[in-house]
Amino acid sequence: MENLSAILYLVAAVLFILALKGLSSPTTAIQGNRYGVIGMLLAVATTFMVMDKPVLALIIGAIAAGGAIGAWKAKTVQMTGMPELVAAMHSLVGLSAVLIAVAAIFHSGVEHTAVQKVELFIGAFIGAITFTASVIAYGKLSGKFGAKAINFSGQHLLNLVLALSMVGFGVLYFVSDSHAAFLAMVAIALVLGVTLIIPIGGADMPVVVSMLNSYSGWAAAGIGFTLNNPVLIIAGACVGASGAILSYIMCKAMNRSIVSVLLGGFGAETASGGSSDAGGPKHYKSGSAEDAAFLMGNADSVIIVPGYGLAVSRAQHALQEFAELLSEKGVNVRYAIHPVAGRMPGHMNVLLAEAEVPYERVQEMEEINSDFANTDVVLVIGANDVVNPAAQKDKASPIYGMPILEAHKARTVIVVKRSMNAGYAGLDNELFYMDKTMMVFGDAKKVVEDLVKGGGH
Amino acid sequence: MVDPFITSFTIFVLAVFVGYHVVWNVTPALHTPLMAVTNAISGIIIVGAMLQVVDINGSELSVTSVLGTIGIFLASINIFGGFLVTQRMLDMFKKKKK
Repeated sequence: MENLSAILYLVAAVLFILALKGLSSPTTAIQGNRYGVIGMLLAVATTFMVMDKPVLALIIGAIAAGGAIGAWKAKTVQMTGMPELVAAMHSLVGLSAVLIAVAAIFHSGVEHTAVQKVELFIGAFIGAITFTASVIAYGKLSGKFGAKAINFSGQHLLNLVLALSMVGFGVLYFVSDSHAAFLAMVAIALVLGVTLIIPIGGADMPVVVSMLNSYSGWAAAGIGFTLNNPVLIIAGACVGASGAILSYIMCKAMNRSIVSVLLGGFGAETASGGSSDAGGPKHYKSGSAEDAAFLMGNADSVIIVPGYGLAVSRAQHALQEFAELLSEKGVNVRYAIHPVAGRMPGHMNVLLAEAEVPYERVQEMEEINSDFANTDVVLVIGANDVVNPAAQKDKASPIYGMPILEAHKARTVIVVKRSMNAGYAGLDNELFYMDKTMMVFGDAKKVVEDLVKGGGH
Repeated sequence: MVDPFITSFTIFVLAVFVGYHVVWNVTPALHTPLMAVTNAISGIIIVGAMLQVVDINGSELSVTSVLGTIGIFLASINIFGGFLVTQRMLDMFKKKKK
């Protein structure tokens, strides 16, 4: 029986790995997701099989209730709201890791070995930090708490003191077996989750969400160690690795080190403009949506650079309609995606997919960057810092070194923007003042709708 | 006799390597579905929660079983929500694949 269950758990773990592997292409991803579902069913069924005297009513009731809520959320969530949903789900994994660890501590008649105690401690504190940190991240993403970074003096010292006292209570639990010490340790970890995340600003949230993704995996793996359950360890480790990779990719795309993100403060300090020439107001050209539609209608190739501003004004569908009009005229239209274009990794791709933009028309930064120089018109819409040439040219700029989409190399640049105000990083953008650039002011959706009208003739 | 911890640790280290290599192959366009599906997969923690919901010394309701039940509830939200929302996103990518 034990051997059979171990084999079944192994099969479930392999299915989870296949689920991740499927995501290497959209055609295999759907099958991959099915493997994931089968793996989960198998793991749960196997657990029923090995359990001694399970309380079926409680288990099935909890699955039904949780499942209903989860299914409802999955059906109703807006694609712009994905980062919040993901953050909320991380918090649930964290909380459930804490509950399991506490439940195991209170499991009367079960003696824990020294190693198991350490494992319980690790699982519980990672879970607790994941839980409260994700709640704060959720609040920041959904705008409930305000996205501002909160900094105060002695912040890092406070975190250090909290971390040390958490470990202290952990040691106390280890030597005394005191439940109170364990709960105190958990309580401190919960506070630590909050204090670690509040100094991190809204602009860094894509990194934070990825990082919490990683933590939720490690928490699951930690619980797996306690229970000596390989499927939990394998699934947790894969999720942990996945989140770590995404954090790394996001950091690289923003040219930030993970340490500086964690220490926080970005977006709080107003950048002292690196490239300000100090000489008078700079000149820019502006035009109407009709002018823009005319320019693009007569081009051979157009690259659209969408930013989050596009999604905020819900202009993706209208934009795709316009892109279709251009394609019908024989214009080669493509979309260029910067890794941090949305609010989480891959977010912009999903938003475009929702607007039925064909997958092969959407290209990543590395794929398309060399093509800008041979492109007639680039349409920048709702994006700013990711096309700022200062990142390549101006060593004094705070974003110097950040990889950008090289829109400035195209023959003509059209920028749709609400006003001349600076972007997320608070920087001016010389792209807007180039001779070949035309600014079109207005709400993204309104402008795109005008483009569609203009493109119809 | 090898300590069970060593066995678990071996599995853990190897799994991190597998995860690392598999995830680097995920196309950047699908990074959001990746996060959603890893949310669902980390719902595997349900197994740990289920193991707490047992009859302990003739009592079905104990601190342990109640905490475990809440754990199952939370993990189920992740499992159903994670897989279904991933499916929903992947369908969006598929539609225009022709």
